[in-house]
Amino acid sequence: MLHLKKPIDEMRFILATDVGSTTTKARLFHKKNGEWRFLVAGESPTTVEEPYEDVTLGVINAVREVEELTNHNMLSQDGTGIVIPYDGTKGVDLYCTTSSAGGGLQMMVAGLMKSMTAESANRAALGAGAIVMDIISRDDGRQNFQKIRRIRSLRPDMILLAGGTDGGASSGVMELAELIKAAEPKPRLGVSYKLPIVYAGNVDLRNHIGKLMGEDFALELVDNIRATLDIENTEPARRAVHELFMEHVMSHAPGYNKLMNWTEVDIMPTPAGEGIAMQLIAETFNENVLGVGLGGATTNVYSIVNGRFVRSVSANLGMSYSITNVLKEAGIDNIMRWLPFKLNVEEVSSRLMNKMIRPTIIPQILEDLIVEHSVAREALRLGLQHHRTIATRLKGVHVTRTISEMFDQALEETYVKMMVIDIIAGTGGLLSHAPRRIQGMLILTDAWQPEGFTRIFQDSVFMMPHLGVLSTVFRDAAWNIFDKDCLVRIGTVIAPSGTGKVGESVMNIELEMPDGEKIKEELKFGEIKRIELAEGNEAKAIVNPARHFDMGEGEGKRVEKIISGGVNGILIDARGRPIYIPEDENSRREMMKKWYITLNMYPMDEMEELI
Amino acid sequence: MSNPITDEKKTSEETYAYTPGLKVKRSTKVRKLRRLPILGDVRVKVGDNVDYDTCAAITKISGDPHIVKVALLLGVDVEDLTRYMKKKEGDIIMKGESLASYSAFFGLIKKRVDSPINGILESVSNLTGQIIIRGDPIPVEVDCYISGKVVEVVPKEGAIIETNAAFIQGIFGVGGETQGTIRLAVKTSDEELTADMIMPEDKGKILIGGSSVTLDALRKGVKIGVSCIVSGGIRHDILKNFIGREIGVAITGQEEIGITLIITEGFGKMRISQRTFLLFRDFEGYEASANGATQIRAGVLRPEIIIPNKETLAPSLETELASGITPGTPVRIISQPYFGAIAQVVGLPIELQKMQTESFVRVMDVKLENDSVVTVPRANVEIIEE
Repeated sequence: MLHLKKPIDEMRFILATDVGSTTTKARLFHKKNGEWRFLVAGESPTTVEEPYEDVTLGVINAVREVEELTNHNMLSQDGTGIVIPYDGTKGVDLYCTTSSAGGGLQMMVAGLMKSMTAESANRAALGAGAIVMDIISRDDGRQNFQKIRRIRSLRPDMILLAGGTDGGASSGVMELAELIKAAEPKPRLGVSYKLPIVYAGNVDLRNHIGKLMGEDFALELVDNIRATLDIENTEPARRAVHELFMEHVMSHAPGYNKLMNWTEVDIMPTPAGEGIAMQLIAETFNENVLGVGLGGATTNVYSIVNGRFVRSVSANLGMSYSITNVLKEAGIDNIMRWLPFKLNVEEVSSRLMNKMIRPTIIPQILEDLIVEHSVAREALRLGLQHHRTIATRLKGVHVTRTISEMFDQALEETYVKMMVIDIIAGTGGLLSHAPRRIQGMLILTDAWQPEGFTRIFQDSVFMMPHLGVLSTVFRDAAWNIFDKDCLVRIGTVIAPSGTGKVGESVMNIELEMPDGEKIKEELKFGEIKRIELAEGNEAKAIVNPARHFDMGEGEGKRVEKIISGGVNGILIDARGRPIYIPEDENSRREMMKKWYITLNMYPMDEMEELI
Repeated sequence: MSNPITDEKKTSEETYAYTPGLKVKRSTKVRKLRRLPILGDVRVKVGDNVDYDTCAAITKISGDPHIVKVALLLGVDVEDLTRYMKKKEGDIIMKGESLASYSAFFGLIKKRVDSPINGILESVSNLTGQIIIRGDPIPVEVDCYISGKVVEVVPKEGAIIETNAAFIQGIFGVGGETQGTIRLAVKTSDEELTADMIMPEDKGKILIGGSSVTLDALRKGVKIGVSCIVSGGIRHDILKNFIGREIGVAITGQEEIGITLIITEGFGKMRISQRTFLLFRDFEGYEASANGATQIRAGVLRPEIIIPNKETLAPSLETELASGITPGTPVRIISQPYFGAIAQVVGLPIELQKMQTESFVRVMDVKLENDSVVTVPRANVEIIEE
């Protein structure tokens, strides 16, 4: 039960932090003239590195920045934490925090069948904000000894075990449980720690599971994740994972015991906070949302499509600690294809390695910034690729296919298609701190290649996780800040799917602007264009795609839509899907240069110097 | 950016928003906890003088489990398994020994299941029809890693070894714990370590290089049996070729590459810091312990070289931790365009300042060694810990 030190109505200052893997970010919110608004931000490197192995030091440093910028004191003089409540001169009325430092919540999941209960267990663990280290199932293609060896080498914080419908398969599930027990998995956080296991499988086996595992593990029995094959119920497992995370994992991480005493609200994993924020967007606009938290260590992708929320975490795709893993996964050529200037392969690789070993550094020169933006596109691309393997239709359910679907061969696995996505929302240090908003817009567009009409939102100064956790205790304040100060409406992308040859017509577009002015444009293949349409304004767009291009109504079919503006207005993208990038190196660089100049992506003089 | 409440402008007297520096200490007290992965027996006691190879603690971890689907192999119902078992839980079993048998039709149909390994029968399940045999325990030993004195024993887990030593942290390494005699293989800190600088008598030594190391030198080091190579920088492609893969996430130390490699500055050609180089020079011929293990995320671990010696101790760690960055603090710049430059803090303006990237960031003014003053993001320096 939550005990706040001041009634919500009387609060004036709220402090929220996110203890990220690289940076600890403090955000101060203030109620002024009856309205909750964001006031100021402070940031500091997260202190997990010896000898500062205590996350509260990073929190103090970040809060001290806020104090310096506002002259408003919040830290107690004796270093024991945050002064709560605000006493008229110092302190805040509420302090809450999210965290992904120290590797976040690392889990192993197990299910009977790879594409059914194991997949559901994976979604539940991811939904709870975990990094899934491995998924074990009976049919995962590994021999028992290989699975045992793998479990022994992993050091998870927790295991989620599912399998069997209620009253259904039992021996297979018990075999899996016996295998896990025999492997004697050791927790990451030391020998004194009893490894938590959440069992969310066939209810008939609860007694047997209890007898087998109850003594050696901190066992939690919850409702079956797939009580019947056609329903996936991840919520009880997700809740249990979250509670065990607080009880067992957080309390063992360095400095967290202290931090837990500083806040009255449960510490939430950063991705869980971000996920809440993404769901807020989908609920408020009642549209399909694809969101991303592009962090230093991980890339979290969220989709809310027709009301279904799925989160994926790519544990080793990120912009600092994991930047060289993006290099490894994407390949240097894919990173370098976005650069408008010549740079030696070794030079780029070494720079990325240097960022990985000193993850808190920020680009000071334009060249470094453009290289990081190139890596970001690839991290996002790979993150979405991974997300699509998780955001799939429910397997094990009978599906009736139409004749046309049968001709389309296999039923497509994922339902996250760019043509059905209405809103793309981005958060994370790189996107929020991009010096020009157009940079975030183009990075997201290049990486995810939206189709049809898509609005782009961005977190202004990275506070979605903060507002996510705040919304669990004070939704109204969280939403007001979210709407007014956090969610930047960047603009709308208009992009037909299809491909063609450079110079061919892709679409004719007519825009009826708010002042009645009509703008007509014809875009040729390979072109991109920006048209001003301020935030809060709307325009009527009539798009006539060429024969092989589709705006959602079929190839060559005209579409009409009222579209919203934003700080960057409208981005008309005729570069094809997938985006056409010339193979010839000189032509490629010319193309990039043309796009960046057309969109005014970077300071022109400095970019010209690099080119 | 002005103060949103008071609009006042001021300068920080001190900043805590910095990256901790890598330690390069001439003389410090180094303590190493040598701990078993699971409980066991500690073999040293407080006050013992130990060598790096002295056994600190020993234990046995349980052997690998082997699952045998006995009911399936016998062709009997799982719930009847115990009826056909010839061994019970806790029995010691030899490889080839009969575990269970089934006979029907007056012995015309006979089936038996033999143990695939030596071990102990851990469980027999009437729910799954499978048994689990636990293999022989695997011995695990932890040595002292550094020469010094045992100052604390953690019962059943290990011991803390203390020594007075020169202590140098690297920024990145590969390969695990090792020991050897320090030898400077290059004449100056900006020289590249090449294969011809490595001699047959370098077997078992810790070789100190300069700005980079060639692939041939690394391979020759392995061939000769050099314990460890230390270098300021290394090209990314050389490291990749040497270890045979791209480093994705910096969790290293387990590579089986026949040598330990420690980088002190970063990737590319980078002169080993003069201070570090001179320190190694002063301790040439000393025995040292080194470890390339690096883990940058989650419980940060940096590679290290520990050179036990009897010099006077430096101030205690606690004193250093109390201070942040103030004007006068020596720092090293860790990003372009001044990467590697040594500087001294001269100002800590509070206002965010615009970089060439157009980002507004918190900065500090620093004086470079050539006396010019430049502005750099606070995040892009590390304290030089002396």
